[in-house]
Amino acid sequence: MKKFLTLALALTVSASAAPVTLTYWQYDFATKVSTMDALIKKFEAQNPDIKIKQETFPYDAYNQKVASSVPAGQGPDVVNLFYGWLPQYVDSGFLQPLPAKDFSTQQIESNFVPMIKTSKIGGQYYALPTSVRTLAVFYNKDLFKQARVVPPRTWEDFIAAGQKIVKGAPPRFSVLGFGIQPDGQDYHVVREVLVRQFGGSPFSKDGKKVTYDSAAGVQAMTFYTELMTKYKLGVPNFFPGNNSYRDAFIAGKVGMIVDGSFAVGAIEKGAKFNWGVLPLPVLKSNGVRGNFGSYWVNGITKNAKGDKLAASIKFLKFLTSDETQRTWLDSVGEIPASRKLSGTAALRTNPVYGPFVSGLPFASSTLFVDESGQRKAWVDAINTVLLQGNSPANAVKRAAAEEQKILDGYYK
Amino acid sequence: MLLSGLRQKNRRSWMDTTSKLAGGRASARPPRRRNTVKYRQTVTAYTFLLVPLLFFLLVRFIPTFMALRLSLFDWNILREQQPFVGLDNYKTLIDDEKFAQALKNTALYTVIGVPLQIILGLGLALMLGRVRAFRGFYRALYFAPYVTPIVAAAWVWQWVFSPQFGPVNTVLGWLHLPPQSFLTSPDQALATTAGLVVWQNLGFQVVLFLAGLAAIPRSYYEAAEIDGATGSQAFWRITLPLLNPTIVFSVVTGTIAYLQLFTQVVNLNFTDQGGPLGSTLTVAVYIYQLAFGRFQMGYASAVTVVLFAIILIITLLQLRFLTRRYDT
Repeated sequence: MKKFLTLALALTVSASAAPVTLTYWQYDFATKVSTMDALIKKFEAQNPDIKIKQETFPYDAYNQKVASSVPAGQGPDVVNLFYGWLPQYVDSGFLQPLPAKDFSTQQIESNFVPMIKTSKIGGQYYALPTSVRTLAVFYNKDLFKQARVVPPRTWEDFIAAGQKIVKGAPPRFSVLGFGIQPDGQDYHVVREVLVRQFGGSPFSKDGKKVTYDSAAGVQAMTFYTELMTKYKLGVPNFFPGNNSYRDAFIAGKVGMIVDGSFAVGAIEKGAKFNWGVLPLPVLKSNGVRGNFGSYWVNGITKNAKGDKLAASIKFLKFLTSDETQRTWLDSVGEIPASRKLSGTAALRTNPVYGPFVSGLPFASSTLFVDESGQRKAWVDAINTVLLQGNSPANAVKRAAAEEQKILDGYYK
Repeated sequence: MLLSGLRQKNRRSWMDTTSKLAGGRASARPPRRRNTVKYRQTVTAYTFLLVPLLFFLLVRFIPTFMALRLSLFDWNILREQQPFVGLDNYKTLIDDEKFAQALKNTALYTVIGVPLQIILGLGLALMLGRVRAFRGFYRALYFAPYVTPIVAAAWVWQWVFSPQFGPVNTVLGWLHLPPQSFLTSPDQALATTAGLVVWQNLGFQVVLFLAGLAAIPRSYYEAAEIDGATGSQAFWRITLPLLNPTIVFSVVTGTIAYLQLFTQVVNLNFTDQGGPLGSTLTVAVYIYQLAFGRFQMGYASAVTVVLFAIILIITLLQLRFLTRRYDT
C-alpha cells in the first residue's frame, strides 16, 4: 500500500512538473520551417518547462486547414496567419485578444511599423508579425544595358524604359518590358498605390466603404491597363504556371516586374544575370510615394487556456522579440516588423532590401474581410479591360460594386 | 465532404447504368423455403454486402444528406452563429451571375466534350480494328493520355498552348495564320480546356469501343456481304445499332464526368482558377471556391444540391431515351 501511495505521489509530482506542450502551425516554406525549428530549440532552452511542436501544411491548403480546425475545436495554440484573414478568424472567436498587460496597444504602435494598425480590430490587437513585406520593382540590369536605358524613378520613365526593352508584339512577345500580372501583386499596386498617387483613397477610414469609384480610381485603372493596351509593354501569363511573371523574370525574359520582398529568395537563387531592385515609381506630376504592405502574424487561439495560455504568451513575446526578428531577417530574408530594426542604416542602404525598407513609411495594407473574394473582384475587373476592351471607368465601377457587396455582407 | 458526396451520387447512378447495361433484370423472387441452398447463399451474400453498405452509408450517404441540411443554413465555418435561413440560399442562387456562368460553361463542356470523344473514340476504334501490325503499340499509344496524371497533363497543355512559346502557335505561324491566345482569352479558354479533357478521355473511349466492336458477331457482316451491302450500309445497319449499349454507357458516364469537371480547370489557370473572367469556371470548381476559399458552406451546399438534381435528371432521361433494344 505504501509503495502504491509513493508511486501515486511520484506520478502526480511528475505530472505537475511535466512541460506544457504547445502546437504551432505555419505553412510549409523550407527556410521558414528550418528557421522556426532553430528558434524553437532556442526558446525551449530558455524555457525548459515548455515544449513546442511545429506542424506545417502546404501553402495552397493552409487557410483551408486552419479554417476547418476552428469548428472542430482542435488545432494549434499559436498560429501563423495572413493579416488579411484576421477579421474572419477574430469573428469566429478563434483568436484571443492579446492581453493588455503583456502587449499594450501603445507599446505595439510605437514599436512596430505603421502598417500593422490594419490589424487593430475593434480597438484590439489579436496577433503580431515577426516580419513585414512591401513591394518594389525588380529589374534585369543586363536587359537595361542592352536597351541603353537607366533605372526609372518615375512611372513615365518606367514606361519609356519598358518600351525600349520589349521585343515582339501582342499576342506574341519574346521579351517583355514589364511583366504585367493582375493576379500577381499588380492588383495591390492599382488599389493601394496608384489610387493614392492619383490623389484618391481606396477605402473609407473605417474600411467599411470602398471609395475608389472616383476620378482617381479611374485614372489609376486607366494608367495600369494602358501599360498593356496602349504602351504594349507585355501580356499577363507570359509564362504558364503559378508565378508566371516571376518565373519569366528569372528566365531573363522580362525587363521589370513588381514583386514583394518575399520574392528575393527565389530570384536570388534562380536568376543567372545581373538584377537590381528599385522603389515603386512615382508620378512626375506630384512625386507622391506609396506602397502596399502585407505581413503574416502570430496569434494565440482559443485552444490555449491556463498554463498553455501563459506559455503561449511567452512564446509570442519570443517570436516578436528583436532578437527573433534579426534571426528571421538573416535566415528567411524578411524585413523586421520593428520600426527600429527596419530603420537601421545597414538595411536602408542594402541594395536589395533598401528599396523595400524605404517603402515602409508609405505602405498601406488593405483591410480584407474576405481576401479570396476581394482579390477576385479586382482581378476580374482589370481583366475586363485587358481581355475584353471594357472601359477603365466601367471596370472600376464593377470592382467597387463587387467589393462593396462583400464588405456589406461582413459588416451587416 | 461536399465533393465526395457529389461523387457518390454519380457512382450510384453509374452503378444503375452498369447493371442495366448488363441486362440486369437481377434478382429473382425470394425463395419460399428457408433451407434451400439458394436461400443460404443469398443470406451469405447480403451478410458480406453489409460491410461495404455500412461503409457507404457512413462516408457517402450520410454526408450527402448533411449537405442537403446544410444548404438551409447560412453556414460559414468562420462564424460562431450559423442561422437557419430556409430556402434563402436557393433564392440567392437564382440571381447569382457566377453560378449562371458556371452552369452555362458546364453545359458547354458537356455538349462539346461528350459527342467529340465518342465520335473520335469510335473512329479510332474502327481504324484500330483493321490494323494488323503493331496493334498493341497503337492501343498503348492512344491509352497513354488516360493514365497520365491529370495535373501533369494540364501543365504540359499550358505550355503547348502558350501564346508565346507554344508549338501550336508556331505551327499556325508556318501556315501564315494569326497566333491565338488560347487559355489566356475568355473566348477560347473553354474550348482549349475541353480539348485537354477529350484528349485525355480518348484512350478510354477507344478501349471501350474496341470491346464493343469485338462483341459483334462476324457472321452478321458476312451475311451482309453476301447480300451485297456496302461498307457504309454495314456500319449504319449493323455496327451502330449493335454498339448501342456501349454508346449509352459512354454517353452516360461521359456526361457525368463532364458535369463534374474540376481538376483540369483548376490546374490550367492556377492563379485565377476558372478564369480568365470565369470563362472556364465549372459548377464543381465554383462549389470548391465557395466552400474552401470563402468558407460559405451553406451556400456551397445549395449549389451542390442543385448540381446533384441536374445530374440525376439528365442521367435518368438519358437512360430512358437512349437505351434501345434491337432484335438480333
